[in-house]
Amino acid sequence: MSIGFVMLCHTALDRAAEVARHWAERDCPVVIHVDKRVTRPACDSLVATLADLGNVRFSGRYACEWGTWGIVAATQTAATVMLRDFPKVRHVYLASGSCLPLRPLAELKAYLDSRPRVDFIESVTTEDVGWTIGGLDVERFTLRFPFSWRKQRGLFDAYVKLQRRFGFRRKVPPGLAPHLGSQWWCLTRQTLSAILEDPDRAATDRYFRRVWIPDESYFQTMVRRFSTNVESRSLTLSKFDFQGKPHIFYDDHLQLLRRSDCFVARKIWPQAGKLYQTFLHGEAAGQAAAEPNPGKIDRLFAKAVERRVKGRPGLYMQSRMPNENWENGRTAAAYSVFEGFSELFENFEAWLGKVAGTRAHGHLFAPDRVEFAGGEVVFSGALSDSAAMRDYAPKSFLSSLIWNTRGERQCFQFGPGDQQEISWFISGDPNAQVSVISGAWAIPLFHSNQNFSDIRREAARLQKIEAEHLAVLRTPWTKARVRIWTLAEFVENPMEPLQSIIDEISPRAMRRLTEAPRLADLKGFGQFLQNLRNQGMQPVLMGDFPTGEDPTPAASRRGRPYLVK
Amino acid sequence: MRRVLGPRGGSDPVAPSLSATLSEAWRAYRLRWKRRKLLLRAYRKRRQLRAVADRTSTIGKGAILAFVTVRNEGLRLPYFMDHHRKLGVDHFLVVDNQSSDGSREWLRAQPDVSLWVTKAGYKQSRFGLDWMTWLQRRHGDGHWCLSLDADEILIYPYWETRNLQALTGRLEAERRRSFGAMMLDMYPKGPLAGQDYAAGQDPMQVLPWFDGGNYVVQVQPLMRNLWIQGGVRARAFFAGEPRRAPTLNKVPLVRWDRSYAYVNSTHALLPRRLNAVFDAQGGEWLSGVLLHTKFLPVVVEKSREEQKRRQHFANSTLYDGYYDAVSASPDLWCAGSSCYTGWRQLEAMGLMSRGGWV
Repeated sequence: MSIGFVMLCHTALDRAAEVARHWAERDCPVVIHVDKRVTRPACDSLVATLADLGNVRFSGRYACEWGTWGIVAATQTAATVMLRDFPKVRHVYLASGSCLPLRPLAELKAYLDSRPRVDFIESVTTEDVGWTIGGLDVERFTLRFPFSWRKQRGLFDAYVKLQRRFGFRRKVPPGLAPHLGSQWWCLTRQTLSAILEDPDRAATDRYFRRVWIPDESYFQTMVRRFSTNVESRSLTLSKFDFQGKPHIFYDDHLQLLRRSDCFVARKIWPQAGKLYQTFLHGEAAGQAAAEPNPGKIDRLFAKAVERRVKGRPGLYMQSRMPNENWENGRTAAAYSVFEGFSELFENFEAWLGKVAGTRAHGHLFAPDRVEFAGGEVVFSGALSDSAAMRDYAPKSFLSSLIWNTRGERQCFQFGPGDQQEISWFISGDPNAQVSVISGAWAIPLFHSNQNFSDIRREAARLQKIEAEHLAVLRTPWTKARVRIWTLAEFVENPMEPLQSIIDEISPRAMRRLTEAPRLADLKGFGQFLQNLRNQGMQPVLMGDFPTGEDPTPAASRRGRPYLVK
Repeated sequence: MRRVLGPRGGSDPVAPSLSATLSEAWRAYRLRWKRRKLLLRAYRKRRQLRAVADRTSTIGKGAILAFVTVRNEGLRLPYFMDHHRKLGVDHFLVVDNQSSDGSREWLRAQPDVSLWVTKAGYKQSRFGLDWMTWLQRRHGDGHWCLSLDADEILIYPYWETRNLQALTGRLEAERRRSFGAMMLDMYPKGPLAGQDYAAGQDPMQVLPWFDGGNYVVQVQPLMRNLWIQGGVRARAFFAGEPRRAPTLNKVPLVRWDRSYAYVNSTHALLPRRLNAVFDAQGGEWLSGVLLHTKFLPVVVEKSREEQKRRQHFANSTLYDGYYDAVSASPDLWCAGSSCYTGWRQLEAMGLMSRGGWV
């Protein structure tokens, strides 16, 4: 009892010959079908190369345009030759010219010998296939396809549309239950001969001639009628990308192919000399009796599809430049924006870096330079502290910063004194955690030594800018996690908001804050605001600061760390 | 192929307005004339080229071609040719613009090089593009064509194990005719002139550093190409004027057709659909990187010469500051620099992508 290989070849005939020789020399008959579109001399030289082998046959040639009946006709003819000329063959293995055996033939023989009645063919009902995206699954059997998909795509699409519009339907012949599956199968003599010698074959063939991609449905459907023992999987490892093109295996896939434990793989790149050398001439002893397990390498292919279709969130580069709202995440990772905190607290950045264990920058969007943490001149990824470069493309700057520091959370200060262009980007970014103490910008003014008229003017300017910024943060399109307190609210009870922000930044820590940052001196701040009012300005963003009396917790905490418990 | 997408169309949810359609049509019409003008220009400049070694008859069907313009690149050429030969370039079509360092003789002796020489001005021929366009039109039709400068080393995902035949096969399977590769400026640690480089040596041994994540990407609406700036040259020389920083995006590999033409360097070409080398819907496409070996030690001397010739920028005087800075042999290295270890590193950093190629 032996295995017979039917090979469908159309390119790289020298490689096909190499594989055919490998099988034939190990006492497995081979029937080769050469695509009719291959030139006569090329075909002749293939025949001549294999002339010394008694168990190689060539079958009648058909033009095998993709998706058409020719492939099935070629398979039928070659299989007929196989069954007729080699009576000892029990399993017929359908392979292509770009297939490569991965395990010693003896292992495949042993595997099939222990499963003498089993037909290995992927055969799935049209309802259950996951891979025919976008429409044509059951319609493969119920519409007509007179136009070539490759050469007459326009007509093909138009005719499908037309038939859908008017509800044209072909009748599936009685007794046939449409099934789909991989083109590459391994069938027993019994089943295959039953299919080929079926008295209704002429009618069935006539029907399938107009089915779309019959090579993926003819045998898959017929086997359900005749087989007693279908194992619905292919013994050939074959992977497809998301557009339906088969993945090609190259030299660097050697280990991957080994790991799959499959018997045969396709498609192999014709120039993959190392693969051909290793698997055809190496006679590497495989892990005996291992079950083929293409699932082991599935993750790699699933990840490739994901990268191709969804890309890496937050990456903007030469071959990924998503339109707005197609970014799949504007930035690569979560980050925090603090507004007003470094004005209200002394040394807030140092405290934040220590407590939350993150990188705490100063005002990244400060007008004169980028205030990277620690006063760095260049930061991760060689980002420069030049304000001009940052302002040339603020979105690129921020998304690069977050991308470059994946794995380490970034925090930075922001305020009305900074470049505001980035506001919209941040507010629409679900990765942003924005915490605002509105009106805190007044504290440095309060401490400054400027003339009051200048202070008043500056206060009016900053208030206007911050009001606009807050409006951006409050639009219905905001996706950032935004928290806004007025200065008065915050000063009343600073620990609780700080605790919840820190918890969100490092949820695993879940520690009670034991040390609060030191509040700036607010003694007389209420009077300062009153003075602004008296000068005709209306400070509103700070909330209700009582004139005269100073906020109590602030006063009591002045000068020493604030301890909870 | 097994998965079949249904009939296409109807993917655009918002129908464009009439005025947008009209202005789009007008734009397309203008660009068509622009392309014709470029082709005509190249045709008229064809006599500036004199063939020194014409081996184009050896170009076979399916050959991969490389088009190069050189001037005194004797130092870089041996490694450049070696690298791209190994990648699977079958034939090099080279224009030599008045080399005096022996590179002409060297090139003429290479069996897979066809060499033309010209004495005409580099700037006047659109920085060599007119000559390139003419040669591409004559010899490139139907071939995959690489257009490179001698200081560019093309790499792409899996390049060590998969040659250009494999890459172009993949691109064809994806139904793409063009392939993007960004220029990555490589530099040494220490003053530029303080390094040693011998012809034929791998330049990355001398220039292993690069800027990993300070790039600015924009889409240019007219030709729908990207505009990428940044990297070490922007950081070190254009920090005050980032808009002037050099353009880094390139489309060096194209399945050529005689009606195509590069517009400025190989940054963009017409018809503009070829500039679509990126995914605008969030996915990633396969792309490569051109390792830019500009900052080999000779750059210091060369930039003095280039500044005198004024042949490299449209507004040469605006770049005096840049030339002065390079001539001073600066140290471009900084604490944020990354050290090159291979394509997998660049891919992981997001400077290029393998797309869906496994």
